[in-house]
Amino acid sequence: MRAVRLSVVTAAATAAALAAVTGCTEKSDAGSGDAIQVTAADSKCETSSKSVPAGQVTLNIENKGSKATEVEILFPDDRIVSEKENIGPGTKYTLTAEVKAGSYEIACRPGMKGLGVRQKLAVTGGTVAKRDPRLDKAVAAYREYAQEQADATIPKVETFANAIKAGDIEAAKQAYAPSRFGWESTEPIAESFGDIDPKTDTRVNDLEKGQKWTGWHALEKALWQDKKIGAEQKALADELVTDLKGWQKRVGTAEITPTSMANGAKELLDEVATGKVTGEEDRYSHTDLSDFKGNVEGAQKSYELLKPVAQQNDKTLTTELDKQFSALNTLLDKYRTDDPQEKAQNGFVSYDKVTKDQRKELSDAVNALAEPLSKLAAAVVK
Amino acid sequence: MTNDTTQAAGGPSPSRRSLIGWGGAGLALGAAAAGGAVAMTRTGSDADPAGAETGAAVAFHGAHQAGIATPVQDRLHFASFDVKTDDRAAFVQMLKDWTAAARRMTAGHAVGEGAYGGLAEAPPDDTGEALGLRPSRLTLTIGFGPSLFEKYGEKFGLTGQRPEALVDLPPFPGDNLEKTRSDGDLCVQACADDPQVAVHAIRNLARIGFGKVAIRWSQLGFGKTSSTTPDAQTPRNLMGFKDGTRNIAGTEPDRLKKFVWVGEGEGPAWMTGGSYLVARRIRMNIETWDRTSLQEQEDVFGRDKGEGAPVGKAQERDEPFLKAMKPDAHVRLAHPDSNDGVTLLRRGYSFTDGTDGLGRLEAGLFFLAYQRDVRKGFIPVQRSLARSDALNEYIQHVSSAVFAVPPGVLDKDDWWGRALFSKEA
Repeated sequence: MRAVRLSVVTAAATAAALAAVTGCTEKSDAGSGDAIQVTAADSKCETSSKSVPAGQVTLNIENKGSKATEVEILFPDDRIVSEKENIGPGTKYTLTAEVKAGSYEIACRPGMKGLGVRQKLAVTGGTVAKRDPRLDKAVAAYREYAQEQADATIPKVETFANAIKAGDIEAAKQAYAPSRFGWESTEPIAESFGDIDPKTDTRVNDLEKGQKWTGWHALEKALWQDKKIGAEQKALADELVTDLKGWQKRVGTAEITPTSMANGAKELLDEVATGKVTGEEDRYSHTDLSDFKGNVEGAQKSYELLKPVAQQNDKTLTTELDKQFSALNTLLDKYRTDDPQEKAQNGFVSYDKVTKDQRKELSDAVNALAEPLSKLAAAVVK
Repeated sequence: MTNDTTQAAGGPSPSRRSLIGWGGAGLALGAAAAGGAVAMTRTGSDADPAGAETGAAVAFHGAHQAGIATPVQDRLHFASFDVKTDDRAAFVQMLKDWTAAARRMTAGHAVGEGAYGGLAEAPPDDTGEALGLRPSRLTLTIGFGPSLFEKYGEKFGLTGQRPEALVDLPPFPGDNLEKTRSDGDLCVQACADDPQVAVHAIRNLARIGFGKVAIRWSQLGFGKTSSTTPDAQTPRNLMGFKDGTRNIAGTEPDRLKKFVWVGEGEGPAWMTGGSYLVARRIRMNIETWDRTSLQEQEDVFGRDKGEGAPVGKAQERDEPFLKAMKPDAHVRLAHPDSNDGVTLLRRGYSFTDGTDGLGRLEAGLFFLAYQRDVRKGFIPVQRSLARSDALNEYIQHVSSAVFAVPPGVLDKDDWWGRALFSKEA
């Protein structure tokens, strides 16, 4: 939410990227014996080799299917080492990457959707970094979740943007909160990219002098406070869609580690504690509780994925976290409504109807969860 | 946060005491550096105000809680908490964790495994702002409010344990109480000579308490307004008058026994050796007071401003002749002789929370008084004051709370509230 925020995800990412692998794609004429032949089709992904020496690895890809495909080399946690999108039916492409020793997968994604068809690839030589495979699995599942959230967000943002472009204030208001939910649930990832968050989610007081105000909150003000849509807002709506599509594309490349997941969960609660519980975040629309729920849901997703390992290391902590997640969700459920106006805010009441005492109660519940949640990272790395 | 409370100084979390300067600290360095385990027992000598000069530690263990009869420090952070759990075991564990943390902090040590040196990925146990500071005579004093027994009596197995003396205070004329900064299920009074040490203590206890308790309201105080060490200079309140001339001293066991400590058989057994605390935030109309003539100011109090002598007398400690004072003079109405001998042990602090938006100083007296029975202590005195005190023109009571303060933590196996909570534990 803050204009520029280097989260733990970023810090970890930078370090890991420097230390590990430099992925690079380029057209290459390499077609010699060392290259791996990848034959992609609508439901298969055949590779000519399951093991290669560390160093430069080349994939000679041929799409024999009827749909455009995407081929990726993936780390065990599903982070992308290197990829090529949009390989048309009947076409060939050569993908080259610098790969260190370790376990990888090659994925073909026919139609450029879903998890794709996977093949194992062992890269040998040098030293292999060991990590609990359960944690790799957790990271991979979290990346998948983040991608799903991003994928599901785009049509909702388009609905929002289209309403603005049609000059339909009411429809745009209804579409505002839902368009933010997926973003809010995975916010630390978006923030880790550094440049997207300031464009899409900056509040007016976060702006530097001379900085143009773009993104959701600029439109929120136009809809709820200024109550008018002009050419400028229509342009902002287009820009928001473009920026968020950029985010959608980059989710797969985010550096995610088990500790950044754990601390990301805590950061989501911090977002609630500093921005939502005060009503600062959606100060014009008062749709804060929808964002609140998104933050909590995303934090809970991270936690649930890490739980098998955390539980083994610190059962007391996971018992407490289960209890506090449940308590906070129960409390949030009290603010659900069937009111048609508020229905679109993911069914939560407008935050200006939440009294000071109720905000205190919500704040206490957030603290009760965030404090033990700050210990999750330690329980994961133990 | 189930810390090993017997951890020796040093190790991964250097004790605050071991970090303090080699100059100046003098005698204060002795005890804990040699002792390692923090198990000091308070003796009569800790009523010696000399500790103030050294930033020494006040012993945590003793028959009574520190922070009542022990010498008043310069600074206060008082916090009132609401209980946020129905889980008795979790609440009891928190009291144990709080005790362990209090034991460490009052001795000048960091909480748990310290403020640094632990896992890089996790927040440290201790928040760290007291590193390098002296123990600063930190005392931490816990109390249980009436609402704890009302709301959690059944859940926590406290039915029948609410002392009769822990009454809800009646409304007094002139009160203008803010609900959001009154009352509370429990409280912690943190007093220290360094405000940062007091704030650090409350902050860390609040952190340990998240999920079990939440801060309801809190108050910072400076400039003690009464003293438990009568040999020292009597402090002044923000009205410029000496306050606490006849206060009960920590060196007066007879008066403490008579007016402060709950005796055996008085109410439930768990309160024996404890006391009752009344906390009132009293806002002063500073600007109008400052425009008041000296004569009226002195008439309002019944003492002169410079020396603090009662009307018609020369010295502060001269026996006051109450009838020489105006009938509505504050000292006359508050004096034990006007209240059937009732005496309170006062431990209040001045407060200033900036200004109030109208440019007026948001300031006054945070009144803290300990007594053996609220019904015989604060209530009759305040009834009389609220009705007639000339001072009422310049003050208003804006928050109020009452707590039962259990006896002291005896040793390293004991914990705050054990006698109340361990009946079937």
